[in-house]
Order: sequence, then structure tokens, then C-alpha cells
Amino acid sequence: MAAEYILEMKNITKRYGENKVLSDVSLKIRPGEIHALLGENGAGKSTLMNVLFGMPVIHATGGFEGEVLIDGQSTTIASPHDAMLKGIGMVHQEFMLLPGFTITENIKLNREITHPSLLSRVFGKNLETLDMAAMSQDARRALDSVGMSIDEYTLVKGLPVGYMQFVEIAREIDKTGVKLLVFDEPTAVLTESEAAQLLRVMKSIAQKGIAIIFITHRLDEVIEAADGVTILRDGKFVCETRTADTTVTQLAELMIGRKGESAFVTADPREFPEDTPVALKIRHLAVDMPGEQVKDVSLDIREGEIFGIGGLAGQGKVGIPNGIMGVYDSEGDVELFGEPVRLNDAHAALKSGMAMVSEDRRGVGLLLDESIEDNIVFNAMQVSGEFTKSLLGAKLKDSRKIREHANEMIRELDIRCFGAVQHTGTLSGGNQQKVCIARALTMNPKLIFVSEPTRGIDIGAKKLVLETLVKLNREKGMTVVMVSSELMELRSICDRIAIVAEGEVVDILPVNSSDADFGLAMSGIKPGSASGKEA
Amino acid sequence: MVKKNWREFARNNVVTIMFIVVCAVCMMFSGYTPSYVMYELFGRLSRNAFIVLALIIPIVAGMGINFAITIGAMAAQIACILVLEWGLQGFGSFLAAAALTVPMAALFGFGIGKILNKMKGQEMIGGMILGYFANGLYQLLCLFIFDNIIPINNPNLTIKGSSGIANTIDLSKAGGMGGTLEKLWQLPVSQAVLVFALVIAAGLVIGHVRSHRKDAKKLGIQLGALAIVCVLMQLPVMKNLFSMVKVPMATFGIVALLCLFNVVLMRTRLGQQFRAVGQNRTVANAAGINVDKVRIIAITISTVLAGWGQLIFVQNLGAFQTYGAADQVGLYAGAAILVGGASVVRATNTQALLGTVLFHLMFILAPAAGKNLFGDAAIGEYFRVFMCYGVIALALVMHAWSSIAPKKKHHKATDKA
Ligand SMILES: Nc1ncnc2c1ncn2[C@@H]1O[C@H](COP(=O)(O)OP(=O)(O)OP(=O)(O)O)[C@@H](O)[C@H]1O
Ligand SMILES: [Mg+2]
Repeated sequence: MAAEYILEMKNITKRYGENKVLSDVSLKIRPGEIHALLGENGAGKSTLMNVLFGMPVIHATGGFEGEVLIDGQSTTIASPHDAMLKGIGMVHQEFMLLPGFTITENIKLNREITHPSLLSRVFGKNLETLDMAAMSQDARRALDSVGMSIDEYTLVKGLPVGYMQFVEIAREIDKTGVKLLVFDEPTAVLTESEAAQLLRVMKSIAQKGIAIIFITHRLDEVIEAADGVTILRDGKFVCETRTADTTVTQLAELMIGRKGESAFVTADPREFPEDTPVALKIRHLAVDMPGEQVKDVSLDIREGEIFGIGGLAGQGKVGIPNGIMGVYDSEGDVELFGEPVRLNDAHAALKSGMAMVSEDRRGVGLLLDESIEDNIVFNAMQVSGEFTKSLLGAKLKDSRKIREHANEMIRELDIRCFGAVQHTGTLSGGNQQKVCIARALTMNPKLIFVSEPTRGIDIGAKKLVLETLVKLNREKGMTVVMVSSELMELRSICDRIAIVAEGEVVDILPVNSSDADFGLAMSGIKPGSASGKEA
Repeated sequence: MVKKNWREFARNNVVTIMFIVVCAVCMMFSGYTPSYVMYELFGRLSRNAFIVLALIIPIVAGMGINFAITIGAMAAQIACILVLEWGLQGFGSFLAAAALTVPMAALFGFGIGKILNKMKGQEMIGGMILGYFANGLYQLLCLFIFDNIIPINNPNLTIKGSSGIANTIDLSKAGGMGGTLEKLWQLPVSQAVLVFALVIAAGLVIGHVRSHRKDAKKLGIQLGALAIVCVLMQLPVMKNLFSMVKVPMATFGIVALLCLFNVVLMRTRLGQQFRAVGQNRTVANAAGINVDKVRIIAITISTVLAGWGQLIFVQNLGAFQTYGAADQVGLYAGAAILVGGASVVRATNTQALLGTVLFHLMFILAPAAGKNLFGDAAIGEYFRVFMCYGVIALALVMHAWSSIAPKKKHHKATDKA
């Protein structure tokens, strides 16, 4: 007899040292159901999934309390491999693909199809020869079922991120006997159309009887795709409902635990007179950032403005701040308050009074093995020598001042942590993002770039981040350049929005332009010019 | 773009190009005739190619150059000593030593693998230090344990008037294994090429018959190329060039088998695991591959192969220095593979063979060139030692450089491709 639930996690409690990050959490998944797992940053969603997969971090930190049942049978899951054997697959938040392998090789990794050979007769099964033809057939089938037409012999290296996400999914559904798939924030890196495709794929997988646990911060996706929802708050189970019985607003309230607060920030757009001094003057900027090439961008950003840069993923909007801040090779002329900025020199860029919150927080954003406070003051200390005191001519860290400042930042940005000395590597994804923002603010920049500032953070935190940006802008006169894929977010606080396509600025639009105008601009057509593409 | 591609190519193959230039210059000043150089080169190739090929698997498995192959070499030398002590003779004693090397080298390799798994990311320096440490144990074994604790009855093996194993082990006395592998079957180059071509052609045809995708055009081109090489080798010019060379068919046959083994292995499930672990341990682990085990297997295979390589080397020379022969093995083999264009993360058979050729060409030519240019052979000698360390240092720096400085460059290269 089939059990009613394919997976039940009962009364799970998990401590990391002193800290209880999950207490008495339960989760029940029916076969073929798409079940959303919601909660603020640090609520414990990833940790719960780590428990489910028997991840080494869990065992290394003292295991957990509670019971896991698969198909009604109580089980212990010793390792991710064990989870796989029991029919649980994971589409990872960071990509688990080998760049030097083809798509086929990645999909069939460690599940290769082989036939016996001379060597294997002597040395055993491990030396059987790979049957590439059969492997690529399987890969083809899996790719087709996620709607990807790409050649299965393509190398993964150089694939756009969206494609990699789909390859990961193809790999999971190719596994025989999968009963349950976990998607941890799969849509965070996808463009809107890719995200829509992903939801379609998820539904078709679910129709085949495979259950899906879906972690996301985008509540509209939940309403659209999920059948059931479980909400966590501060490591505690809040409730479980059917999506049909609820709304986005209700979900938001349940997650945050407060009522009646609007999840949206709005700052009225302002008109700046023509003679406002220019804060950042960009002329013919070209940036060699893989996947986000900038070809020729010229912009004038006015002092005191909140300037938005939007566009589809891969069109080059993210390349602009990365080029100016010296993260990737760039060419062109950039002036900050009339002073030329030396390109290809990250130190000079920081020193000149600009700061950036990077979209790539794990790559260049954070020192994961260092504490929150050290991360927050790192740039300020390196670049302008703040937070140091002199002792006999040597510069020493001023620990007291650092701690005070870090605590202030933790409070202001609501960084959910166990204290300023916690390593950033052990923070939840969204809270890492907040540490990045705190570090940029600590530089006291005259101009701040924020690149995808709200990616992967929950609605409450999103509001906080946007509010902080507005506050800094209005109270301290800081010029803000915000790069984002989410038009809603740009429109809520910016004064003007530039839309980038194919490495060039298509147009600069006022915030209240129509959706149609934005849509046209994103596809490279300057609104109002019937002749089409000529920006 | 063509120009850019050339520059890219040159940058990726600095070491190889530099070596070709150095060899060409040395050739001009050495005063050696080409046929003498060929004679020397073939001799050195038959001695050294095998051990260089033994480095490939650990590189593919992401463990860098396995400097611990010195330990495999020690296993082979211990096997030689034991075989002599037991009074085995001729080619049989070579086979016995080869068989004896396997369990010893495998055991050592397993131990090395265990230790290197504790120091992931530092395998190269770790392997080197392990080599030094093992050298100490080896000396203890040869100087003290043999002859004092384990009696050695063959008087030729021990130090006269004292205890311990003698400094030089002679393998070329009557009935010794020295040169027995070479003497099995020797042919002039023109005929040797025919034999190898025949075997390769047979292999290709069989492969063609058994494969699903019957690519007749490709087969035709391959067979045609083989035929052309065979014909060319029959020309008088070529015959002249190789007039002094007698190809030891068995030795080169074994080298060819090892190349084949490397290729076939990479097409097996285990080979796929090597490559996966080499690219990214985390991803491999997430796919359920037992990363530590795969790494141990890689090092074990490499160590056993290195043992056989050293055995081929010493039987070819007909003697070895008990306390020095293994010391530089890792260094020289490592330098050779790097010269061929391999890096600490990528290596192929072709690179190993090309590297062995270039590296030993320089070994042959540098002293003579040094003597003719500066009147002192020692200069050439310094030069080749300098080059050897230089190559390794350069390869390591370039690796470090390409892994910090960005993946950007990498992406550029792929974009252009
Ligand atoms: N290895 C670890 N050691 C100590 N604490 C940890 C560790 N991993 C996570 N935590 C803590 O556990 C809590 C829950 O983190 P988790 O990653 O599960 O959050 P999340 O719900 O996935 O958030 P997000 O939406 O931001 O990804 C956080 O407070 C985090 O700091
Ligand atoms: Mg998470």
C-alpha cells in the first residue's frame, strides 16, 4: 500500500553549537505535489534540506533530533549519496556541474552506462568501457523533457547560467527512481522567461508523480505553481496550508509574523534640473565580462540621484558597475565628480569614493572564513585606513570601534546572526547579502553601486535594503546606482531608469513610463522610434 | 584574430617552444652528427618514456605531478636486490622483479594516497617531502636491515669489509637482467616502423569493425597516413639518419601498451571518475563518487607504473646506484612531462612523449654545446640542471598565475574558439 505522504519530517530539531536553528519543525509531502517551503532569510530552510540530504555539515555538528519517514518508513539518511539511492534528488543553489565535461557526461556523472571490456574482465566492473551513444540518448531524453534543445555534446563551460540550471534539473530527472526533487531557490538566477519555463517544467515533472520541494522568495511563483506551502519563521514551524486557500499578502504576513505592513517601498521619483552637477560621467565604456559584455555605454548620472539600470540577463547591465570598479577588464572614460577614474584598478576605484555591492557574493563579495565584523570593515580598513589606531608607529586594528560599528550595522540592516564574530560562511544566503551591503556602506562612499541587491533575500529584507538605500540617498545625499533584473524594484525607488540591451544603453526612461515602453526597450527597441533598433 | 590565436598558442606552450629553440641552438653548436644524436635519443627514450607516462593519471585526477614516484622507483630497486639475492638469472629475473615490484609499490602507493588525502591541494609538495622521508627509510633498509637483520648471502650485493648493501648494484654480469628486455628483439628503424604500423593498422581496422559509427573516411585517412610514414622511413635519407639505431621492440612495445592503457582507462567508468575528481572534488562527491578512494587508486596505479619504469631504466643501464638512482626520478620525469606542454592539471600521452624527447635531446646536446661554446662541458651540465628546475618552477608559477588571475582569460579563449 502506498503511503499517503512520500516524505514526512517529524519534529526536527537542529542545533549548531549553542544555537537552535530548527526547533520542532515538521514537513509533509504528498506524491506528485509541488510544495513550497517559505521563510525569511535564516529561517532554516536550507538547513532543513541539509538534514534531509544527510549533508556532512549536519553530522559534523552533532546530528539532529527528530524522525524522517520516506514512504511511511522511518529511515536514516547517512549521506547525499544515500539520499540519492533513496530517491531524493537536489537541484543545488550553487551549480554542481563539471565545466570540462559535456552535458551528457554531467547528466550521467557516476551513473555512466558501460559495457564490459578486456580490462573489466580482469579488474572488475569499474573498468568497463563507457557507452557514450547510450549515455547521450538518455541525456537527450532528459533534456527534451525540460524543454532544452541544446546539443547534448556541448561542454558545460561557457553555458549561460539559465542553461546550467536546466542541465541540473535534467540530471536529476534522469535518475531512475526519483520520488522527490528539491529546488533551492532555482529562479534567483533566471530571467523572467526562463523562470516561467522552469515553473512549466516543474509542473510537468510533478505530473509524472515526482514530488517537488520548492524554496523561493518570490511569492507569486508560489501561488502560481505550488499545491501546498509550509512556512518557517526563526527555525520554527508556523503553518501548512494549501495555496488555493491563501494569497500573497497572507503568505507574506505569515512569514514575517507581523500584520498589515506593506511589503513595498516607494520613494517618489524626483525631477533633477538640467544644471545639476554630474556625479558620474561615463563615456564609451566597454567591459569584457563573460556573459555580461558591455560594448559601448555612455551615461551621465546626476549628483543625489537614484539611478536604475535594467535589462534582461546577459545583456550587459551587470558589466557596467563591474567594469567601473575594476573587477573586469574595461576601456573608456569615466569621471567621478569631474575627476577621471583610473580603470582596471579596483583599489583606485574604491579610493576615489565609490563602493559596490556585488551580485557575486560568494565569488568576490565575501571572505567566508572571516567574521561578520571583519568582513564589514575590511575594505574601509584596507583602502582608507579607518578602524585602525596607531601604536608606536604601527597600525593596529581598533577592535572596540570595529565591534561597535559592526553591531550598529547588524541592527540597522537586521542581519540575522549569533553575533558579530560569526563567520559569514555559516550565514544564510540572504544574510550574507546584507553583510555585503554593510561593508559597502562602511566605506562612506559618495556613490554606491548596488548590483542585484535583493537577489536571494526575502521580502522583509528586500524592503529593508531598499529603505536603507533611499534613506542614505535622502539624508546623506549619497548617489545610488542600482542594477537589477527586477523592474518592479527599480521602479519603486529610482528617479530614472536606463535599459541596457546587447551591451548598449537603449534608452533612459522616466519611472512612470508604460510597461510596454520598458518591454520594448528591453528587447533593444527604443520606444517611440518606429524604425526599430538603432540606439 | 589569427594573430591573437597565435599569441594564445604561444603563451600556452611557452615551455615547449623555448625547449625546441634551445635544442636547435645546442644542436648547431654540439658538433654531433644527426645519426649519433638519434642513437643516443632512442637509447634514452627506451629508458625513460615509461616512467614519464606514469605521471599522467594523477595529473588527470587533480593531484598534480606525482613526485612520490621516487617511492615506486625504490620499490623496483628493492625488488632487484631481492631477485639478485635469490640468484635468479636472465630475463626471468627481470620478470620476477617486475612481479615483485607490484605488491610493494601498490602498498607504498596506497600509503601515499592515504597521506595525500589528508593534505588536499598540497599534493605536489607533499609527494616530494614523502619522497625524501621514504629515502631515509630506504637507506635504513639497505644499510642496516638488509645484511644485519635479514641476511644477504650474495657477496656481490654487500659492502666489502662492512655491512649493508653495496653502493652500486651490477645487473650486467653473466646471467644478470641487464639489457635482457632490449635483446629480446631488435630491429632497424625502417623495419620497426613497419611492424608498429602493422599493429596499429590492425587495431584501427578491428576498432572500425566493432564501432557503431562506421567512419570509413577517417579510417582511410589514418591508414593512408600510416602508409606514408612507412614509405618515408624507407628513403635513404631516413635510413642514414637512423643508421646507428637498433629499436628495442619489446621496450617500445611496452611503452605503446602503456599509452594504450592510458587512453582506454580514460574511457572507462574509473577514468571518468579520475577526470571528475580532477575537475572538482565537491561536485564529484555530490555525485556520489568516493573521492578519497579514487585518489588513492590514481596514486597507486602511478606508483606501480613508476616502479616498472624504474625497472626498465635500470635493466637498460645494466647497473644502478643503490643510494642515488631514485632521488631525481620524480624531478626529471616531472620536468619532462611539463616540457611536452602538460600542465599540473592537464596531461596527455603525446605531451609525455614529446616532453621526453625534448628533455633528453637537451640532456644529450647541452654538455657538448657547452664545451664547444665555453670550452667547458660543466657549463652545459649546469645548464641542464638549471633548465630542469627552471621548467618546474615556471610551470608552477604559470599554474598559480592562471588560477588566480582570472577565469576571465579562460573565458576569452573559449569565446574565440
Ligand atoms: N554551518 C553552520 N554553522 C553555524 N550556523 C549555521 C551554519 N549553517 C547555517 N547556520 C545558521 O542557521 C540559520 C539558518 O540558515 P539557513 O541557511 O537554513 O537559512 P535559509 O532559510 O536557507 O535562508 P536564506 O533564504 O537566506 O537562504 C542561520 O541563522 C545560519 O546562520
Ligand atoms: Mg538558503
